[in-house]
Amino acid sequence: MPGPVAAPADKEDNFKPLPPTKPFQSTLRYPSSRKSIYDRNLNRTRVNESSLASFAYLFNTLITYHHSKSGSVSEIETRLNRAGYPIGTKLLDLLLYRQPPRTATRPTRILELLQFVHGTVWRALFNRTADALEQGTEKKNEYMIIDNEPLVNSFISIPKEISQLNCAAFVAGIIEGMCDATGLSTDGVTAHWAGEGDELWPGKTIFLLRFKESVVERDEALKAG
Amino acid sequence: MSYYFTIVGTRDNPLFELEFGTSKGGGDGVARFRDEARHYNQFIVHAALDMVEEVQWTNKDLYLKRVDTYQNNYIHCLLTGGNVKFMLLMNPDPATTPYSTYQTSPPSRAASARQSLLLASNPNSQQTEEAVRQFMMEVYENWIKCSMSPFYQVNQPVTSPIFRARVATAAKKYL
Repeated sequence: MPGPVAAPADKEDNFKPLPPTKPFQSTLRYPSSRKSIYDRNLNRTRVNESSLASFAYLFNTLITYHHSKSGSVSEIETRLNRAGYPIGTKLLDLLLYRQPPRTATRPTRILELLQFVHGTVWRALFNRTADALEQGTEKKNEYMIIDNEPLVNSFISIPKEISQLNCAAFVAGIIEGMCDATGLSTDGVTAHWAGEGDELWPGKTIFLLRFKESVVERDEALKAG
Repeated sequence: MSYYFTIVGTRDNPLFELEFGTSKGGGDGVARFRDEARHYNQFIVHAALDMVEEVQWTNKDLYLKRVDTYQNNYIHCLLTGGNVKFMLLMNPDPATTPYSTYQTSPPSRAASARQSLLLASNPNSQQTEEAVRQFMMEVYENWIKCSMSPFYQVNQPVTSPIFRARVATAAKKYL
């Protein structure tokens, strides 16, 4: 027996090897059709769109729940943001997978990511592109994605006392999750009302993306080559 | 050829591991790693993560092809959009790979000539690159299905036996 110290003889009798590990027994329960999520197709077609009515109902329930749990407008918005966040991280890979094979590319630059969100993501979620994409005038790391009429807000009316609340914070959470997943992390994505001035689009919403300084620095370094 | 496949999360944390051998050319699909290679494999793959980080901002593709070699080990990588790394280490002949002592001499010419007769056992060939790509894409598809589960959170280890079986099937099919 190798080893620096031999075990005493009386200890030898007490030695019992560990029982062999049991073979893995699955406790998974399958549905009656014997199909798991791994048997589903990831490429959805147009006919498979989910109904707006059922989404509105679920979204309404979500808002009511978070409203009842939180004391301030900002807390409701944070909670809605957190609810959207995991959707963004998961949606990114799904959308990359749905791109034509061999041409799928990861967004590695800020502008590519913004165009991906503005185009591909918006089309997948709302069946149209977002209405505008702008860079903040004061700060270099701020970008705005503008939606004139967010789909998620279509059946929502905000009471006077919390008129600042914009429930598109949920969508902002999706964007934030997506940015973080790509490695272009942000200091937060928030949804804001564009203001009273716009009579044509009273529900106009601005999604403000504030990228981290380190991300902007890296982006400029990549641009320089 | 023996393979060691692992999925690494965004914090360099392992999420999934699988060892298998080639099923092409009459292979039985069993990995022939030596005992000491088990933890060396983890070291080598962990070291290769640095190489992935070097190319991840300049290469926009999901499949990064071969990222690193160490002695007789070849490491291929697929980087998902969500920054999760699929690392595949392959070793054509683990029995002759020296792990404990550093050795720079390449394998003897006779040995490499014999290996290249088999299509899938030459890690440098175009066919291997393509087979790994197909394997990676199939795992990627299953990975998305796994991560789309509302009960799955980022950086959680994957324990699903169905996922494991799916990866093993893909390995059998392509490698």
